[in-house]
Amino acid sequence: MNQRITLKLNGETRSVDVEPSDILIDVLREKLGVKSPKIGCEKGDCGTCTILLDGKTVRSCLILAIEVDGHEITTVEGLNREGLTPLQRSLLEHGSFQCGFCAPGVVLSATELLEKNPQPTEEEAKEAIAGNLCRCTGYEPIIKAIVGVGQKAGGRV
Amino acid sequence: MTQLNFVGESSKRIDLLAKVTGAATYVDDLDFGGDLLYAEIVESPYAHALIKSINTAAAEKVPGVVRVVTGKDFPYRFGLYMQDRFSFPTDRVRFVGEQVAAVVARDAKTAKRAAKLVKVVYEELEPVLDLTEALKDNAVLVHPDLGNYTRCPWFFPQAGTNIAHWRKTRKGNIEQGFKEADLVFEDTYTVPRYTHCAIEPHVIVGLYDLAGRLTLWSASQSPYTQRNVIAQALAPLGLSHKDIRVVTPYVGGGFGGKAGVSMEIIGAALAMMVKSHPVKVRWTRAQEFYNTYQRQGVVARIKLGVKKDGTITAIEHSLHWDAGGYVEYGANVVNAVGLSATGPYRIPNVKIDSVCVYTNLPPSGPYRGFGYSEFHFGLESHMTRVAQKLGMDPVEFRKKNAIREGDTLAYGAKMNPSGLHEAIDRVAAEIGWGKKEVSKDPDKVLGKGFACFWKAPAMPPNAASAAFMKFNEDGSLNISVSGMEIGQGFLTVMAQIAAEILTVPVEKIRVELPDTDRNAYEWQTVGSHVTWGCGNAVKAAALELRGKMFDVVRRALGFDEQTLYLEDEKVKCRARPAFELPLRDFVINGIQTPHGNFIGGPILGSGMFMPEFTSALSDPETSQGGHPNVHYTVGAAAVTLEIDRKTGKMRVRKAVLAVDAGKAINPELVRSQVVGGVVQGLATALYEDIRYSRKGKLLNANFTDYKIPTAMDVPDEIVPVIIEVPQPDGPFGARGVAEHTMIPAAAMVANAVEDAIGLRMKSLPITAEKVALESSGISYDDVKGATVGFCFMGSADTYKFHAKGAAKK
Repeated sequence: MNQRITLKLNGETRSVDVEPSDILIDVLREKLGVKSPKIGCEKGDCGTCTILLDGKTVRSCLILAIEVDGHEITTVEGLNREGLTPLQRSLLEHGSFQCGFCAPGVVLSATELLEKNPQPTEEEAKEAIAGNLCRCTGYEPIIKAIVGVGQKAGGRV
Repeated sequence: MTQLNFVGESSKRIDLLAKVTGAATYVDDLDFGGDLLYAEIVESPYAHALIKSINTAAAEKVPGVVRVVTGKDFPYRFGLYMQDRFSFPTDRVRFVGEQVAAVVARDAKTAKRAAKLVKVVYEELEPVLDLTEALKDNAVLVHPDLGNYTRCPWFFPQAGTNIAHWRKTRKGNIEQGFKEADLVFEDTYTVPRYTHCAIEPHVIVGLYDLAGRLTLWSASQSPYTQRNVIAQALAPLGLSHKDIRVVTPYVGGGFGGKAGVSMEIIGAALAMMVKSHPVKVRWTRAQEFYNTYQRQGVVARIKLGVKKDGTITAIEHSLHWDAGGYVEYGANVVNAVGLSATGPYRIPNVKIDSVCVYTNLPPSGPYRGFGYSEFHFGLESHMTRVAQKLGMDPVEFRKKNAIREGDTLAYGAKMNPSGLHEAIDRVAAEIGWGKKEVSKDPDKVLGKGFACFWKAPAMPPNAASAAFMKFNEDGSLNISVSGMEIGQGFLTVMAQIAAEILTVPVEKIRVELPDTDRNAYEWQTVGSHVTWGCGNAVKAAALELRGKMFDVVRRALGFDEQTLYLEDEKVKCRARPAFELPLRDFVINGIQTPHGNFIGGPILGSGMFMPEFTSALSDPETSQGGHPNVHYTVGAAAVTLEIDRKTGKMRVRKAVLAVDAGKAINPELVRSQVVGGVVQGLATALYEDIRYSRKGKLLNANFTDYKIPTAMDVPDEIVPVIIEVPQPDGPFGARGVAEHTMIPAAAMVANAVEDAIGLRMKSLPITAEKVALESSGISYDDVKGATVGFCFMGSADTYKFHAKGAAKK
């Protein structure tokens, strides 16, 4: 019953055999070896499994692997081929994470926001990561880092 | 004090690059190849039942199933402070969701399917789900064998009852104390259960190889304690400590939930049963809620006596804890509170009864704050109410009674240096205490609430830390310790301490994550003690390295060691200002003499620390005579809360928290503990609302129904204030701060609610729904439906605290 799917994963074309019932997060982690999306709740509440599917954030625990046949997926591993992104640098600068388990999901949600809206307000930053639960930081240093990217970019213009 | 170059700096976290790039590896990210097996747990649907039979035949026949394990295969008991918990229970289940059997299969789907085929026949017993019932004469017993359990010497279980432990603390003369009071005020407060909600679920992979070696890859705060507890449990199988190895990569949050051993025993048990195959047990989010540890619920009655001038004369504090089906760790929470439930105040006459009661809810255990958040809710609510009755300002009242260095604690030892008075003043100033604020929106009211806090690590008196340290060829440094980076910034702080002694910059130091085969010993990363305890060990190891380097220089060059010092990664000499020897030039290869030979060799060393002054031995009737706590960290906090009159919805406009860090090794990390801890604490007041059915089933074991804060729910502003009154035995004066920052949160919210709308909430949580109902005259208890937040179903005001019958034994 296996079916072969082909997708663009972090810029590279990959093919993999999946069962129709395979969840995307499991295929990414177990069959394609991409470990940054994490398993936190398996029902779309926590956001640790967030990926970019054709540039939009998706909970990879909520979709089947066969649905991404022919599509493009980006995880944190695919973001910084050319070095850290301005967002990642800002997160480092602001000491944004503690345990770090939510970080891959947060980075992708914030990346999506900054693509659409390069200079977000604090409120917009909060809204963008509202689906990514963090139990450690109280979110403050993450929000500051996201807003900081826009402020820095704005200053340069 | 000499000038510090690394300690006191906000060095960047050394683990953060790995975390923002996705490179950080957690247990579930490790690869074990094609032979990895997966486990699915068969769980008890009953809170209390006898296991009559388990039939595994149908499950075993499913293709792909490797083994089905039950209590018959693996009947061993385990526990940290009392061995009352079972890897798999043999005759009786004690909470809904308890593991009864496990199916190990080639893939997770097969394991899941086969687990449904395991047939367990139960005989339902009356569950113990109410504290009043649990403490009655002839109560149904959760542990009929309680008297036979191995336990630590400072627990006092009462065989034939549901009392697992009773900590009694008596100081002065309580009757006399209340006689001297002009005002005696008494009331009861309740706090339900809570869960940790670390975003990473528990996971363990076990491999018992053909050479008889058991390796466990575990998401744990406690690698060495896991090895020890599991070694004790597996001793009947002939395994000893050297045969067991625990490896802990990055951990995705702990908050106490990953301390000790909870579900990890299953990973160890299954590995033993499927020799030579690695087997993974990963908890679902639901299991994360009900089968690790929970924070205990408590009913607490406080009687406080005060003089007209505000001097406290006496406190009687009785706490009955809903400790769940197993208390191997949780009874120590009860113990810690029994020693410290005076709060940070000088009180001459004290009577504390902290009673650990077995019930048929999930096991209790450590949760950030270790019981202190729970008792501070009542105590700090009570402090404000007593001040009001005296006509005194609540902040003045606290300050008048605030504890000072040298004061006699409830158990007779002396208080350590403390910046509580400064903390109170700075928080009051920052929150604008005494200045009433008015919202521009007529539907919204603003209130302010204040609370103090204290907490000591609750550790056995021989809880030790150790460190190994070695130089590399380029003068960089590796430190191997077994404290755990659970997000608090432990690795960075250890690097800063070593950097300060050795002048090697933090960027050139790697601090390794624990592996019990290689890294030095650490009891556990709990109690906010590792900055202090492990920091002392790292400092000792760094001093040993420095001594060895100076010795090499003396032997090779003939310099007097007393004239040598380190600066900028070089050995320098006071007697020869021109001399400088870079560390990288000799820390591996030694120093060459004119004869061509080399003196020295790889510089490495170790350090250890144990609080040798502590003792848990004391009179069980009074707790006098011992020195159970190493020191207390104190502080104060306040909040400005906005309440919508119509909906009850609350928004934290500003929160301030001051904590006495002794010395903030890394001020930015201290501030991040304040911000994160305040948000976690506020959530216990405003959002998290656990619900059990009347049959003991947890109803909201997920993030949809059990609400933890999102980025939209955080305060408008959180102001951390660092106080630094040095701890004489801490590294550079440091003491722990991490748990403490959530302790005052619930009480300060309750006090602010009353300040805003005149409503006194005596039970947690204080959700918008509750505030809206109660402030329109509807009792929440009347409308909340047939659910409970812990084992308490009566009315707090009529709860009887002295279960004499149960106490007789």
